[in-house]
This record gives sequence, C-alpha cells and structure tokens, in this order.
Amino acid sequence: MIKKYRFNKEHLVRAILTVFALSSLLFLFLIFIFILFEGLPLFLKIGLNKIILGFKWAPTKDSFGIFPMVVSSFLVTFGALVIGAPLGLSCAIYLSEYSGKKTKMFLKPALELLAGIPSVVYGFLGVIYIVPLVRNYLGGSGFSLLSTSIVLGVMILPTIISISFDAIVSVPKTYREGSFAMGATKWQTIYKVIIPSAKSGILASFILGMGRAIGETMAVIMIAGNALKIPTSILDPLRTLTGNIALELAYATGDHRLSLFSTGVVLLVIIMILNYIANFGIKRKVLK
Amino acid sequence: MPKITRVFMLLILTIFSCCCCNISHNSSSKKQTVTIAGSTSVMPFTEKLAEHFMIDHPEFIIDVQGGGSTAGIQACMNNTVNIGMSSRQLKEAEMVLNEIVICYDGVIIVAHPQNPIKDLSLKQVRDIFNGKIKNWKDLGWVNRRIDAVSREEGSGTRGSFEELVMGSEDIDDGIMVQDSNGSVKEVIATDPYAIGYISLGLVDSNVKAISVDGIEPNLKNIKNKKYKVIRPFIFLSKERLQEDSKTFVDYVLSNDGQKILIKEGLISIYD
Repeated sequence: MIKKYRFNKEHLVRAILTVFALSSLLFLFLIFIFILFEGLPLFLKIGLNKIILGFKWAPTKDSFGIFPMVVSSFLVTFGALVIGAPLGLSCAIYLSEYSGKKTKMFLKPALELLAGIPSVVYGFLGVIYIVPLVRNYLGGSGFSLLSTSIVLGVMILPTIISISFDAIVSVPKTYREGSFAMGATKWQTIYKVIIPSAKSGILASFILGMGRAIGETMAVIMIAGNALKIPTSILDPLRTLTGNIALELAYATGDHRLSLFSTGVVLLVIIMILNYIANFGIKRKVLK
Repeated sequence: MPKITRVFMLLILTIFSCCCCNISHNSSSKKQTVTIAGSTSVMPFTEKLAEHFMIDHPEFIIDVQGGGSTAGIQACMNNTVNIGMSSRQLKEAEMVLNEIVICYDGVIIVAHPQNPIKDLSLKQVRDIFNGKIKNWKDLGWVNRRIDAVSREEGSGTRGSFEELVMGSEDIDDGIMVQDSNGSVKEVIATDPYAIGYISLGLVDSNVKAISVDGIEPNLKNIKNKKYKVIRPFIFLSKERLQEDSKTFVDYVLSNDGQKILIKEGLISIYD
C-alpha cells in the first residue's frame, strides 16, 4: 500500500515538474506569438523595406523607418565590445592562469556582484559621472555613443568573463604541459596554445555579450540622448531599438503602437541570430 | 510528502485569498468611483485635486491614471473612463468629445542658468529645433554646439510645442529626446549648453526661463495672453457628464479647486 502510494507520489512530482518545465517553454512561445501578432500587421501594411530600411521615424505622421536605430543599436553594441572584450578577456585569463586561489575566491563573487547591479543604477552613474566627463573633456552634450559604449562595456563584463573563463579552464591540462615541455614561457603558452584552443568559447562569450548590450534598455535611454539621426561621430547622441520602444510606449496608440511592436520583432530576430551563433560556438567547443 | 502538500496548500491558499480579496473589494465598493485617465502632464495636478476632493467627499473614489493625452482621448471615446485628460487641443476627428478647460499651462523654453542669452525670437527657437541653427555662436554666444532637448513622439508637451512653436516644420532628427518633463529639466540643469522646453509648473532655480520675442514667461504675461506659448489642460467626456463625474468637475472648477491649481504654478481659467 505504502509502496504503491510512493510510486504515485513520484509520478505526481514528475508530472508537476514536467508541466512547470514546459510552461517556461510555453512562455517563450507566447511571447513570440504575441510580438509577431502585434508586430507583423504593420510590416504587411507598410512594407518590410519601408520599416527596416526607412530613414524617417515620425510615427504620428506615418513614417516608420527604423534603419537609423538598427544602425545605432549595432554601433553601441560594437562600442561596448571594443571596451568590454579586451577587459573581459584579460580578466578571464588572469583568473584562470595567474591568480592564486585566494584572489580567485575574492574576484569571482565580486564579478558576479557586478552582474547583479540593476541597469538603472548603471544608467544613473553614467548620467552623473560619465556624461559630464565626456562633455567637459571631449565636447558634445555628453549624451553620446561614447558614454553609452563605456557603460555597456562595463555591463557586459560579467558575461564575457564568466563564459570565456569557462572556455579557458576547459582547455585540457595536457596542452599546457606539452607547451611548457617544449620550452614555451607562460605568456607564449597562453597566446599560442590556450587562447587558440578556447577560441570558439571566447567568441561565444563576445557574442552573448553583444546580445546583452543590444537588449539593454534602461541605462541606454538615460545615457544615449535618444536623437533619431545616425551618429556621425562618437560624441553624437543616438537612439537604439530598445530605447525607442521604452521611450514611446507610454503615449503610443494605433499604428504608432504597432510600429513599436515591429521594432520589437526586428530586435527579437537580431537577438535570436546572435544567440544561435553563440550556441553554435559553444557546442563546437564541447564536441572538441 | 507533508512538505510538498504544505507548499501546495500554501499556493492554493494564496490564490484563494487573492480571489477573495478581489471579491470583497468589489462587493464593498458601494462608493462612487470616477475613473480619469490621460495626459501625464495633467495627471499630477488631477491627483492633487482628487486627494483634496476625497477628503471633503469620503463617499467618492477618484481613480487617476496616466497614459498620455492621446490614450486619454481614445479611452474617453471608447467609454472606458469617465473623464479623459488632455494637454493638447483636440484634432478634428476627436471633436465629438466635450471639452472642459480646467486651467492653462505655459510651455517654457529653458536653458542652463549660466547661459547669458535671455531672449530668443519665436523664429530662432523654431530654427534651433528644426536644425537650422546648430551653434550658440549664431545666437551671439560661444562657439559651441547647441544641445537641444525635445520630448518623445506622442507626448502632449511635444504636441503643443510643435503646434505653437514649430508650426508646419518638423523637429530635426538630430535633436536629443527625453521621455519626461523631469528628465528634460535634469539634462538642462546639468548641461550648460542645453536648451529645451518644459511645463511652467516645473520651472525652478535649476533652469533659466528664456523670453520669447521679448516677453518674459511669467504668470502676468501668460495671464494677459502676451506670452503665446500656452496650452490648455482639458478634461474630456463622451456625452454629458454623469452625476458623480460632474460633482468632481464642479469641484475642480470651483474657487477651492482653482486655488490648488494656482498653488501648483498653473493659471486659473478665471484669470
């Protein structure tokens, strides 16, 4: 009797957990359907070209071009990578190859804390410190591509560090020993042996970092200045896709609202492509 | 087993209690509820009025929500709210609604306190925002780019600014955009080379109000209509106001209500 009951309970737990596990998939599916459902009608009505390649964004006057924002989003992401990638990679190499156990025990949790700081706090610090710094020393209003890249560069550090650290640590010990045995110095080993063999994982970390940067909203709205033009210098303000949605959602109605969902569709597609590429990189590393 | 059951019991209990809360909330609300939604520029003042009103009339619940002028007008047309709020004039298609002007607000051109420029012509302001004037040098100050700040598409303040200042011209794409009166003010208070426009009620010593065509944007000039960039704050209703809504609107238009608005830096309809 008890045995039978136990058996049932196991089944019950399993069933419940399965339902919960699948529900997360369901949410993803629902979000996807919902965004497409709201975003696609405008693509059909206005035309894909006019939205994605259109230069003029004036949704209350029937212009829905988001090309400048697509470009700006990529510029910001690229800028974040220029700042975040070297820093993050160096940190990952230091953590895995140079640091002692004690420093590692201190550094890793500190970096995880960096990931836990809410983005509005990054944005606030950016407005208070980085924007005036850029304005006073480099010119422009300070609300610029440069300031945004700096803040996003710091924000993507945890992603880059933790994933490239994992990639570097998973390089087999024998590679290192072989390299040392041939008389290579530590630095030669790192950049001739370890980095090349962890390459795909490191690239994946960069791409996931890009995904984080392109999806960041709050900090970007606060620092980017949100002008609609494609920036012509690193001191020009710009508006990203995410920023556009968050800025205008409060007041939008009708086609204006739909156009924001269309912006969301474009964003979703970009992030899906980035994640797909990153997963591809990570998988190849595991197979090796 | 007991642990899991307990967790589930708790879960179910929470769900139930939530439902019960809702039910009891609904059933006990014999109070008269008036829902108001619309412009975020009018919202803080309506909230203030509602607060005072509910102290005198405890049998009323005034539910004030934001959403923006356009959303407020839409909601009013669809009968989802009793009263809509708008901080811009109605467009032709929206004229079916009843308008009740509750007060006036000035849209003030502001710059950083260190900016020596005191006066701009309406045309100069227009040229700054459509991108024709890009440098403070052209206005007789330092050789430095103008950091103009606007509001986002759809905002009531931007709507009135476009209507009253820009006319048929568009705001340039290179102009920075912030998503509230508050953030525009914040940018202007910190950037010496910035210029923007905000609601009269929000002007304080952190920013400097700039005269337009030589007319200082103070209460006196706005009252005698010399200062041109003013907009009405409007309550909207679909048909004739219902009894509950009318009581509140009457309060807003009464001396007491208008006094509250004046204290908040707005201009009474009786001036």
